[in-house]
Amino acid sequence: MATDTTVQQHQEVHAQDEDNWSGGKQPFKVSYGKLMMWYFLLSDAFTFAGFLIAYGTLRFSSPSWPVPDFVFSTAPFGIHDAPLIFVTVMSFLLIISSVTMVRAVQEGHRENKNGVVFWMLLTIIGGAGFLGCQAWEWNNLIGTEHMTVLTNPFGTHIESGTYLEGDGVNISAGDTFDAGDSYLIHKHDGEWHQLAYKTDGGETLKQEFGPKSFGALFFFITGFHGFHVFSGVAFLVIIMLNAASGLYAERKNGYEMVEKIGLYWHFVDLVWVFVFLVFYLL
Amino acid sequence: MASVTVQPKTTDDILIEELGYDDHFHEHHHGDKYQSGFISKYVFSMDHKMIAKQFLITGMFWAVIGALMSLVFRLQLGFPQEDMAWIKPILGQWITVNDAGIGSLDPNFYYALVTMHGTILVFFVLTAGLSGTFSNLLIPLQLGARDMASPMLNMMSYWFFFLSGLIMFFSLFLSTGPFSGGWTAYPPLSALPQASSGSGAGMTLWTFSLVFFVVSVLLGGINYITTVLNLRTQGMSLWRMPLTIWTFFVTAILGLLSFPVLVSAFFLMICDRELGTSFYLSEIFIGGEALDHVGGSPILYQHLFWFLGHPEVYIIILPAMGIVSEVLSVHSRKPIFGYKAMVYSVLAIGFLAFIVWAHHMFMSGVNPFISNFFVLFTLIIAVPSAVKVFNWITTLYGGNIRFTVPALFGIGFVSLFISGGLTGIFLGNSAIDIFMHDTYFVVAHFHIVMGVAAFFGMYAGVYHWFPKMYGRFMNATLGKIHFWGTLIGAYAIFWPMHYLGMAGVPRRYYKFDTFDSFSHFADMNKFITVAAVIVFALQVLMIINFFYSIWFGKKVESKNPWKANTLEWTTPINPGHGNWEGNIPTVQRWAYDYGKDGKDYIPQHIPLQEGETESHG
Repeated sequence: MATDTTVQQHQEVHAQDEDNWSGGKQPFKVSYGKLMMWYFLLSDAFTFAGFLIAYGTLRFSSPSWPVPDFVFSTAPFGIHDAPLIFVTVMSFLLIISSVTMVRAVQEGHRENKNGVVFWMLLTIIGGAGFLGCQAWEWNNLIGTEHMTVLTNPFGTHIESGTYLEGDGVNISAGDTFDAGDSYLIHKHDGEWHQLAYKTDGGETLKQEFGPKSFGALFFFITGFHGFHVFSGVAFLVIIMLNAASGLYAERKNGYEMVEKIGLYWHFVDLVWVFVFLVFYLL
Repeated sequence: MASVTVQPKTTDDILIEELGYDDHFHEHHHGDKYQSGFISKYVFSMDHKMIAKQFLITGMFWAVIGALMSLVFRLQLGFPQEDMAWIKPILGQWITVNDAGIGSLDPNFYYALVTMHGTILVFFVLTAGLSGTFSNLLIPLQLGARDMASPMLNMMSYWFFFLSGLIMFFSLFLSTGPFSGGWTAYPPLSALPQASSGSGAGMTLWTFSLVFFVVSVLLGGINYITTVLNLRTQGMSLWRMPLTIWTFFVTAILGLLSFPVLVSAFFLMICDRELGTSFYLSEIFIGGEALDHVGGSPILYQHLFWFLGHPEVYIIILPAMGIVSEVLSVHSRKPIFGYKAMVYSVLAIGFLAFIVWAHHMFMSGVNPFISNFFVLFTLIIAVPSAVKVFNWITTLYGGNIRFTVPALFGIGFVSLFISGGLTGIFLGNSAIDIFMHDTYFVVAHFHIVMGVAAFFGMYAGVYHWFPKMYGRFMNATLGKIHFWGTLIGAYAIFWPMHYLGMAGVPRRYYKFDTFDSFSHFADMNKFITVAAVIVFALQVLMIINFFYSIWFGKKVESKNPWKANTLEWTTPINPGHGNWEGNIPTVQRWAYDYGKDGKDYIPQHIPLQEGETESHG
C-alpha cells in the first residue's frame, strides 16, 4: 500500500501543497468558533429531526388529522375565514429578519459599526415581531378555541351527513356536510358542546374530538422553535449592545460574533420552514 | 509553568526548536486561571490534561458504585435463599427481614439496581470515563496542540457531567428508590409516574440527569471535532494522525449526531410525564383503571432511543479500539498493520452505526420485512470489525512483543472482542433473535463485546498513559495480577451465561428458583456470582494501584518511557499548561515508524532522512 516518493519530491509536493489539510491550518478556512457553531447547529438539527419524525409517526398512525386551512384561519382584528393569512405574515417577518441579518454580517465585514447595529436592530424587531405573532396565535388557540396539549377540538367528519342541532355560530340544524369536512367543537361556560348529527347511513352520532396528539405536537414543536427564536433574540440584543459599545471593533477577529449569531439565526429560520411545512401546509 | 527541572538539551529538544514553529504562545501571560491556586488548577481547571484526570477519576467512582450494585443483584441471583440481613445497614429498607431473621432483597430494588447498573456503566463510565478521559488527554497532545479549541467549553463539559452524576447519585437515596424500568427506559414504565415505585421521582431525576449528560457529551464532542480539524500541528495531515485520534474523532461525530435525538425522546417523555400528553402512551389500564391516553406510540420512543442507543455502543467501543491499536503497535514494536484499512473500517463502522438501530427491536412489533434491512446492515458490520481484528493480530504477528501491562490488556481486548463479536452475529439475525431475545445470551454478548472489552481498552490506555498523566508508572506486578484475574474472571462470569441464554433463561428476572426448568442452573448462577465477587476484588486492587502510584509509583526517568512515536512523548515528563515549553513540534512522518530501516522507532517529529521514503501504511 505504501506510496513511495523521494525526499526531494516530497518536499516539492509540500512546497506546492495548497490544500489546507496538512496541519497547521484551518482546513475550511473557518475559525474554531464558527466551526463549533456549525456543529452545534448540526446537532440541533437532529433534535428537531427527532421531533418532526415523532410528528410524522403520530400523524400517520392517526385515522384523521385536522385540516390546516380550517385550524389556522383566524387573524387579529376579528378576521375570520382567512386561511394561513396570519401565519404568512409571521413567516414573512422571520424570513425578512434573515435578510437584515445578512446585511448586518456584511456591515461587520466592512467594519462599519453603525451599520451592524442598525441592521441587527431590524433583525431583533423581526424576531420579536415573530414571537409576538406566535403569542397571539397561541393565545387565540388556547383562549378562544380551547385547544390545549390534552384536548383538540378540531375534528374531521369521516362520513357525510346532516346536523341535528346548531351551534349558534356557523352551523344550524339541517346543515349538511361531506366526508372530510372540518369542525370546531365549541366550549361555553366550561362545557363542551358536541353537536349531534345524522349520517347518510342513518346513524345518529355526536361530534368527536380530533386526534389528541395534534395539540400536543403543535404546542411542543412550535414552542420549542419559539424558544430558539427567543434565545436568538436575547443573544442578538447582547451582541448588538457589544457591537454598539465598540467591543468588536477592537477585537482581532472583528465582528465574528455577529457572524456566529447570524448562522444561528438563519438556522432558526430554516427550521421554521420545516415546522411551517408540516403544521400549516401538509 | 509547572516545576521545570533544567535538563541538558537532547537532540530531540534541538530538533523541536529548529523544526518546530513558534505560535507565540509563551509570549502571552496566561494569568492565574491555568496555573496557580488550588481551585483553578484542580477544580475548575481549563487544562485538558487535568480535565482528563477529572473524567477518569469520576468515572472510576461511578464504576465502583455500578459494580457494587451488580454484586448485590448477583448475590440475589446466585444465592436467592441466603440471608441478606447483613447488608441491611447499607441498603436499609430495601432489605426486608422476616420473622425468622432472614433478610431478602426487595424485588423493586432489584430492578432499580439493574437499571442503575446499566445506566451508570453505559453513560457515566464507558462514555464519559473512557471517551471523556482519553479524548481530552490525547487529542491535544497527539496532534501537537496547546489545548482544546475551547478550554472553557471543555471545562463546562466536565461540570455538566458532574452535575448529571450528582442528580443521579441523589436519586439513589429517594425513599421510592431510583428509576427501575431498565436502562432503556421504555414507556409505559418510564412515562407513567404511577407505573412502579421507581417511575415517580426516580425517573424524573433520571431524565434530568441524562439531559445534562447529553449537554456534557455535546460540549465535549463539538470541542473534539473542532480541535481535530483546526488545531493539528504543521505536517499533521489526516493520514498522519494516530489511530487513537481517528477513533476519538469518529466517536465525537457519532455522539454529536445521535445524542440530540435522545434529547428529543426525553423531552417528549417529560411532556408525557408532567403535562399528561400521549406521545408514547395509548389505551392503557393501570391498577384496573383506564387512563385517557390515546394515539401515542411506545414504539416511537424505542426508535428514537435506539437511534442513539446503537451508535452509543460504538461511542463506547471505538475509543477502546483506537487505544488498543496504538498500544499494540507500540508494544509489539511494529507498525500497525493496514493503517488505512483501520481508518476506513472505523469510518465504515461509524456510518453503519446509524442504520442498524432497529435490530434492538425485532421483538417489539416492527414490520418483519423492515427487519430484513436491519439484519443485512447489522451483519455487514462484521466486515469492518473483522478487518480490525485481523489487523490487530497481524500487527502482533512476528512482532517483538513486550508483554507490559498495557500490551496484555490490548491483547485481552482482541480476545474479548472476538468472543463477544461472534455472538453478535447470532443476535443480528432476526429469526434467531426470536429465541435469543431478552435471555442471558444477550447479557453475555453485550457484556463481553462492549462492557468488558471496552474496559480492557480503557485499562490498556490507563496503564499506557499513566506515565504521561502523573509522571510515574503503575505497579506492573499488581497490573499483571489484575490482568490475568480479570481476563479469566470475566470469561468465568459471562461464558456460562451463553448456556443460560440458550436454555431460555430470561434476563431481568428477580429469581429463578420458582421455575423447575431452570433449577438445574442454580449451581451455575452461584459460580457466576463467586467469579463476579473475585473480579470486583481485582478491580479494587487496580484502583489501589492507581492511587498508590500517583504518589508513590516508580518515577518516569525519560520523556519517552515506552519508546513510542507519537507527539505526547516529546512533552516534558510533567507537562505544564500549553504542553510544550518552547516551539510546537512539527510532524514529518506518520505515527507508526517502528522497526523501519533497522531503527527500533522513529518519532513523528524526526525528519525523513536522505533517501528515506515515507511510509503510509
